Amino acid sequence: MIKELDLSVKIAGVEFKNPIVTASGTCGFGEEYKEFYHPSFLGAIAVKGLTPAPKAGNPPPRIAEVPSGMLNSIGLQNPGVDKFIEVELPRLKNEGATVIANIAGSTVEDYCYMAERLDVTNVDMLEMNISCPNVKEGGVAFGTDPKMVEEITSAVRAKTTKPLIVKLSPNVTDITATARAAERAGADALSLINTLLGMKIDIKTRRPILHNNVGGMSGEAVFPIAVRMVWQVRNAVSLPIIGMGGIATADQAIEMMLAGADAIAVGACMFKNPSAPVEILEGIKKYMTDNGIEKVTQITGGVIPW
Amino acid sequence: MAIYTIEKNERICEAAEIYRLTFKAPDITAKASAGQIIHIVCGGDANSLRRPISICECDGDSVIICFEVRGAGTRELAARGAGDTIDVIGPYGKGFPILSGKVALVGGGIGIYPLISAAKAVKAAGGEPVALLGFRNKELMNMTDTFDNYCDKVMIATDDGSYGHHGFVTAILEQYLDENPDASVFVCGPRGMMAAVSKISLEKGNECYVSMEERMGCGVGACLACVCKTQFVGNEGKGEKYTRVCVDGPVFNAKEVIWE
Repeated sequence: MIKELDLSVKIAGVEFKNPIVTASGTCGFGEEYKEFYHPSFLGAIAVKGLTPAPKAGNPPPRIAEVPSGMLNSIGLQNPGVDKFIEVELPRLKNEGATVIANIAGSTVEDYCYMAERLDVTNVDMLEMNISCPNVKEGGVAFGTDPKMVEEITSAVRAKTTKPLIVKLSPNVTDITATARAAERAGADALSLINTLLGMKIDIKTRRPILHNNVGGMSGEAVFPIAVRMVWQVRNAVSLPIIGMGGIATADQAIEMMLAGADAIAVGACMFKNPSAPVEILEGIKKYMTDNGIEKVTQITGGVIPW
Repeated sequence: MAIYTIEKNERICEAAEIYRLTFKAPDITAKASAGQIIHIVCGGDANSLRRPISICECDGDSVIICFEVRGAGTRELAARGAGDTIDVIGPYGKGFPILSGKVALVGGGIGIYPLISAAKAVKAAGGEPVALLGFRNKELMNMTDTFDNYCDKVMIATDDGSYGHHGFVTAILEQYLDENPDASVFVCGPRGMMAAVSKISLEKGNECYVSMEERMGCGVGACLACVCKTQFVGNEGKGEKYTRVCVDGPVFNAKEVIWE
């Protein structure tokens, strides 16, 4: 009989009270979901992607539903890193949340600027969204080329002593190559997967639903891809992993952890079930009790491959 | 988030698959205001987003919504009946202001429903609501008797002239505003019609409130998917920004909305 479950996980030296994170872009700065869960309930909250200056975002439509998933192209609408530091971060920290600042830029300098600004705050971790187009390299996403991943991670690493998470793009041939590049460059943890690039067309108007024509796909349809990628990366690097992509239930969260994730993030599923983080944690506790697992960390990497 | 029981779900139009669904939800009726939105799970597991639907009317402890079958989600919702359950979050957003003067409620097609709760609220506040409703033809007219209950007058326009004024509802609005220069305007309907109604109202100097529609994600203001372009005046002067329809709207002062 288990006396008490230990749900805590440690990611790059930062203690999460449980392995549930909410994914960047899906939970704003934690305010909007308070009717369903408090930001301090979570292991950590990854806030809306930040840019050096405030960003207006893309023209609508910004979202399209697809079978078992969705496409989005918000265009990083956000108040800018300075406003975050001034308003949202102190509020979240006062509320007891563990805060991951997600940073997104168009140039290496953008990322470095934000890392420097955030380095002197009490933010818990930084997460680099490297799926953004690199304007100096013809708009190719930073995260699609191991060389660029290494370069940008090294540059940001030099600017901050905060635990640094690199969020990997799944839009690559070999995700272990970008994972290794991030590890070599000094990343403390990895999060994956970001969204998969997709498109949906209205056959009556012949227009793409999204004003940006293409957008990032998330939701349950991407889950098996995310599990596969987390498993591959787990076998390629020794960094802690925050696994995400289509997790909507406790069973899927456990599956992701078995594949090698130390913590998991939920995102799109909250749009249908805003209480998902709470329900998933309850389900994990039940799985632990039913299976005699005392520490949630014991689930990580437990898959028995053929 | 809560699960409620459906009391009634009935088709209310022969020419189109339009349904009126009633469910008991005292916690929603206790706080709902005219023009607010609820978000419903429908369409089974493959549908990953809720369907945002404006509240048509609160009747005692019951919430009434009207919707047209447009896809798999609304088709599945239409198939539910009394005793079945419904998973709802909300109400969210800013609804119509409660005015006590003359108010022209201008509705088009399936955009007419939130104006019913607006009519009720204006009437209860001692105002004089008048409905100006546009439909493509006589066969698609529905819920006009409910407007009759709350409005001092109901005027109908049909595109093909099969009932009421032959043409767009904007023509009867112009005439109404000429006769009632102190009236305010509430509008909900197709985007082009709302833009036209806003323009007419503002040019004539009438207050106008529009209920905007956009594709929505979370419905609670977190994901920033359902934005519309608005203008603002702040400390640093005038500017444009994308504003969330789900919580900052759906009802906006027409002066703020940038149509493009």
